[in-house]
Parts: sequence; structure tokens; C-alpha cells
Amino acid sequence: MSSHDTYDTTGPRDVASKTQEARMGDVDERFNSRLRELFGSTPFILTKFDAFLNWARSSSMFVLQFGIACCSIEMMGTYMPGHDLDRFGTGVPRASPRQADLLIVPGTIVSKFGPRMKRLYDQMPEPKFVVGMGSCTISGGPFQEGYNVVKGAEEIIPVDIHVPGCPPRPEALIYGIRKLQDRVQHGESAPVTVKPYELEQFGDVERDEVVRELANEIDEETLVMRYNWGDSP
Amino acid sequence: MSLEPPRPEETLEHTDDRETLEEILGDHAIGWEDHVNAQGVVIRPDEVQSALRALRDEGGFDHLTCLTAQQYADRYESIYHLTKYDDRSQEVSVVVPTSTDEPVSQSADAVYRTADWHEREAYDLVGIEYEDHPDLRRILLPETWQGHPLGLDYDQDKPQLVSLSEHANPIAEHHHDEERDTMFLNIGPHHPATHGVLHLKTVLDGETVADVEPDIGYLHRCEEQMCQSGTYRHQIMPYPDRWDYVSAGLLNEWSYARAIEDMADIEVPEYAQVIRTMGSELCRIAAHLISIGAFALDVVGDFTVSFQYAWQDREDVLNILEDLTGQRMMFNYFRLGGVVWDLPEPREDFFESIRTFLDSFEGSVDEYHDLLTNNEIFQQRCIDTGHLDPETAKSYGVTGPVARGSGIDYDVRRDDPYGYYEELDWDVAVYDGCDNYARVLVRMQELEESAKIVEQCVDILEDWPEDEREIQSNVPRTLKPDADTEVYRSVEGAKGELGIYIRSDGSDKPARFKIRSPCFSNLQALGEAANGEYVADLIATLGSIDVILGEVDR
Repeated sequence: MSSHDTYDTTGPRDVASKTQEARMGDVDERFNSRLRELFGSTPFILTKFDAFLNWARSSSMFVLQFGIACCSIEMMGTYMPGHDLDRFGTGVPRASPRQADLLIVPGTIVSKFGPRMKRLYDQMPEPKFVVGMGSCTISGGPFQEGYNVVKGAEEIIPVDIHVPGCPPRPEALIYGIRKLQDRVQHGESAPVTVKPYELEQFGDVERDEVVRELANEIDEETLVMRYNWGDSP
Repeated sequence: MSLEPPRPEETLEHTDDRETLEEILGDHAIGWEDHVNAQGVVIRPDEVQSALRALRDEGGFDHLTCLTAQQYADRYESIYHLTKYDDRSQEVSVVVPTSTDEPVSQSADAVYRTADWHEREAYDLVGIEYEDHPDLRRILLPETWQGHPLGLDYDQDKPQLVSLSEHANPIAEHHHDEERDTMFLNIGPHHPATHGVLHLKTVLDGETVADVEPDIGYLHRCEEQMCQSGTYRHQIMPYPDRWDYVSAGLLNEWSYARAIEDMADIEVPEYAQVIRTMGSELCRIAAHLISIGAFALDVVGDFTVSFQYAWQDREDVLNILEDLTGQRMMFNYFRLGGVVWDLPEPREDFFESIRTFLDSFEGSVDEYHDLLTNNEIFQQRCIDTGHLDPETAKSYGVTGPVARGSGIDYDVRRDDPYGYYEELDWDVAVYDGCDNYARVLVRMQELEESAKIVEQCVDILEDWPEDEREIQSNVPRTLKPDADTEVYRSVEGAKGELGIYIRSDGSDKPARFKIRSPCFSNLQALGEAANGEYVADLIATLGSIDVILGEVDR
């Protein structure tokens, strides 16, 4: 018996309709799978459009290739053979934000990097999702008391899933991404808890020479971030 | 090490004793200080250049390792830590006090090129201004930052504004004519080839790099401030793991351990020294594996084979280190006066796992040679690109595999021995190609040397008598070194000389904690190596310098 016998559809079968036979016979034999057989005579599946799209979204997330600090080393480890993130359909790191819909933020955000990260996030097409990896991304982590450290990526962009750890092991990151996929598949997304991060007016800021200069020079292409260290958690 | 032919130390004069220094410096010296590591000489802020030039040309101090700036209640102070590439054991600290009202000091840039970035950092974080500096502006913090965070009167709660504006082509005018037209290209801070968050402001003339300026500070996590607000005994040790975070943790921890142990006069039991040496060399293997894998990624675009092979071997090392320390990557295993706990039980299994790794590792190294260094394409991309001659490298304070790839025979493990290295048999890898290829060869050989060291350590530990396994000496619960004790000590990290300066004010926390990171100095030399080459070779050169931004920015 050849291996093709498994997929042999020509045998006696009373349920098989002529439509099915026609379908199964029409294509190259290599495409005839159990699945085709199971669908029977129906060349259509019925589902809700949203459910289908959410399933597709969650099953093929494109991650932005984005390395910041220690966590990015563990993130690279997650892509490597030992853990192989690809088998969950999220293993295609894209170098350009315009081709990505998942941003994993792996590391400490400092004041100078904040505007750059925001620009990358803005350049990603909708719908987009963010996984915060590691304590620094969640809260500033061990560097929270630093004069330069943003107390969590959530001060700048909305984050859907937080993966704690310093750094989280690859298993933990996979768990976080699977959780996100689960959510996306069910059409849930995190409430946007982010503080206002768009360009701020300078009304309540003391008018020193920097504020004057920035206020004069601002145009729409220029992003000015304001860090209220005193009000940060 | 012990089997190497002795270095010609007889020919080197000892110029770091007080009499000789007095002779060299003459009237420049206005006072003397005793630092734990070296003689400290005080000079006037307007005589920095002539004093340093005398020390370099007559005293032979050709290596400016570090510049520490700090503020006291009544003055600012810059300390230039000088040593020699030929003899690391000779050191001198040049102390330059300036007044609080007018913190201006002469720049050392004309004598040592590496002073450029170090002085910019001192200006940025502490607020000292340097006269005659070619380009004195902020380096780690954004341009619009207000105040100097390590100064005494800094208000950390003040709101800060940071803008993101377009970058202009800095040399457009020089090249702007009919035939030659330059293009400004931002590489990073988000770019696969920058190995983290580094921004290269590149000016291209066709395919050739006309100018490149690294723009750093995207990962400046206030490490020095963090260490200054932690107590010596336990609160500082977790931070070193996060400087060079590519699993080189134990090497970094050693730099802090060595500085504070010298400062507070803490003995380390021999058994703990052997464990430290073994763990550190395992870390060096892991760090070099990533470096080589990532370099292959940059040069031959090979995400599949070389990188994953290197990664797989690194995972094996990490598993061993996880058994030893209990953590992946952020080990936190060293304690003052030793290590936190003994080798894992059963010891036989632990040694067995190391030996199994070492046996297979020998074959892996051959495999890397087959895949990479013997690969014709790889050689074409690496040989004679990224040229860095030894004199330039020394002037930039370059250390580690980058220096040794330029033929500079300098390794802190041998030249200023610590730990158990002196008792073991190993060689310093030096190649004089001065190009990207030589730097890779150095790392490849260091993989083998580290494996040799680990093997010897395992032999020694196996035979260690059970009742003499002392892992920590007796250290006071609260450590308060005498006020105004100052120490600068360095170790050989994965990227080069990793030094720590600590000043005590008599409390249980350091008054000033300064990190001398090897990557900071090495990255500064990137322009010298990359200017005039193709932009593709710029990427290769950056990869071969092997920067870790956590360590550059600190």
C-alpha cells in the first residue's frame, strides 16, 4: 500500500456526495488532506468576520525587532532554537515599525530614548499591541530612583501585557505573548491607561530659556516630551 | 601565565614614586594626596595640559584610563587616573581642584584624545567646564536637560523637556559642490546593526563614510547614582550585573569587589578566589560567544547558522552558571570577601557538567573557525577593514580585545594580577593586524584560553580538601571605610579594562562611585577606524568593537 492510500477518496462511501467527489478530484492529490475530507461537500466555512480576523491577527503577529537592554538578550534567546518563538506564529522580527503590529519593549526607557520610542510606536500601523518585558519597562525596575529613568513605558505608550522579571526568562516572555494572543483572539484589548503623552503646552512650566526656545521652535514635526519626575509614581 | 617568558620589566623605569614624580612635575605639583591605589598629585586647573604632557612624555604614563569628576562642599575636583600600557602596576592620580563659583579647568584633550568624551561626561553629569575643549556639550543626557545630576544642588523633581528634532548634516558645507555631495544618514537608535540603542550620525560621500559621530545616552540608567545611594555591603552588588549585561556579570561584579576589598582591606580566601576565577572565565566565554555570533550577523547577515550555534553554546554556559549562582544572566554571586555560597551539590555532577561542556566546546571552536574565520567571504569583509593603529588606540584609551587586536600587549589579568590568575597557565591573545579580522581572532583565541583556565580551576576545586572550603572571610556587617579614602581599581572585563573609583565619606555608602567602562573608550575610537571606509565596513567595525550600550551609557 502506498502512503497515498490514506487520502484515497475513491473507495465506497455513501455519504460522499457528487459535489465532494468533484472537489476532491479537481485538485492535485497533494492538496487532499484529512481536513478537506472532513469539510465534506462544503467548500465554505461559516464564522463571524471579527472572529476570523481576530484569529488571523493573533496567529501571525509581526514583532518589531527592538532591543534596548538586558531583556533584549533574553528576547533574542526566545527566538533561538531552545525556545523558538516562531512556532507560536510570532517569530518574525521585522526591522521596520511599518511592518510590525507587536512591540515588545525589552528594557529601561530613559528620557533621551522616550521620544524615539514614541515615534516608533506611532509609525506602527493599527491595530498594534505592546508587551512590556521586564521590571524596567513596567516601573523603572532597579533604576526607578534614577534621575533619568522613565518610570515605566506606560508613561509614554499604552501597554497590553506586562511580563515581570529582571530579566524574565524566555519561558515567561512566551507566556506573556501567548496571553496577548489569547486576548487578541477574543477581541479584547487593554484599556489605555497611559498618561497624556502628546505634545504639551508649556503654560504651567516656569519660563526659563529652554522652555522659551522650545515654545518658539515647535512645529508639527518636532516632538517635545515633558517628564514630570515629581508626579511620576 | 606562569610559564610565559618573563616580561622585560627591568627595562621599565618605575616612575610612580613620589621623588620621580616630583622631578617630572616640578612646579606643577602644588600638593600630594595618598590614594589607596596610587600616589595622588594636586595641580592647578590652568596647568593640566603641561602637567599631563610631562607625565606622558617623560614619565611614560601613556594610558589615561579614567577621569572622575566630583563635587565637594567647597570645590569641584577632576581626577585623571593615569597608568602605562607597558606596565599596569604603575599608576598616578592627577587631582585638579577648581572653585565652586567658577568650575573651569583646562582640557586634557590635546594630550589624550580619550579626554574628549570623558570631559564631556564630567561636564554633563557634574558640571565642571573644560577650557579649550573642542566640543563641550552634553553627552549622556539630552541637549535640553537642566542642571547637572551628580552635582550637590541638583533638584531631581524638576520637570524636564526633551525634544526630538531633525538632524542637520554637520559637514554639508565642506563637501557641497558639483561633484561631491554628501548625505546625512541616521543609523539608529533603533537599528538591527547598532547592537542596542546607539545612534550613529553618519555623513556619507557616496558609499564612503566621510564622518561618523556616535551619539550615546539612550540607555543612561544612572548607574553611578544608584551605586552612590546603596550601602557597600549588599546594595551595590546587584548593579554591576547590569553594566555589561551580555551575561558577563561576574566579571563586572569583580570590579566592584576588587575596589572595595582593597579599600576596606578585606581578605578573600583562596578557595573563593578559585571559584571567582572559574565563574568569571565562564562569563567571558558567554560574552565572547555573543560577540562573535552578533558579528557574524553583521558581516555575513547570517542569522541562522553562526548566530544560533554561538547561542546554543552560550546556553550551555548559562546553564552551568545558573547551577552555580541560582540566576540566569543577573547572577549577583560575589560578596565582599568571597562568594555567596559554595558550589552546588552534588559537586561531582557539577564538575561533570563543566567537563562535558569543555569537551564539546573544543569542537565548537573549530566549527566557528570553519564557519567564519576560514570563510572567504568573511575574510574579504574583515581583513584590512576598520584599521586602528596602536598609537591612535592608545591615545583613545582603548583596552581589551580591541587593543589586543591592534597589537597592544595589555591585559589586566596578567599585568596587575588579581584572583587566581597568577597561579594558572594561560596566554594573552595578541594579534597585530589592527583590523576587524584581528579583533575576531583575539576573541576566538580568548575562548580557548578561558576554557583552559576553567579546566584548571575545576581540577583544583575537585582536589580541594573538604574541611578547608572557606567561601567568605569575616566581613563587618556594616562597612564604613575611613572618611576620604579614595581607591581606583580595575579588572579585565569581557570588553576591556573595567575600573571603579570609590571615595568614602565615612558612612556606609560611597560619596562618589565612578565606573570606567571599557566600551565607552573603545566606542570613541570608532570614528578613527571607520572614516574613509565603506558604510558597510562601518557596520562591521562597530560589530568588531563589540559595544554593549548598558556599559557605554551606564
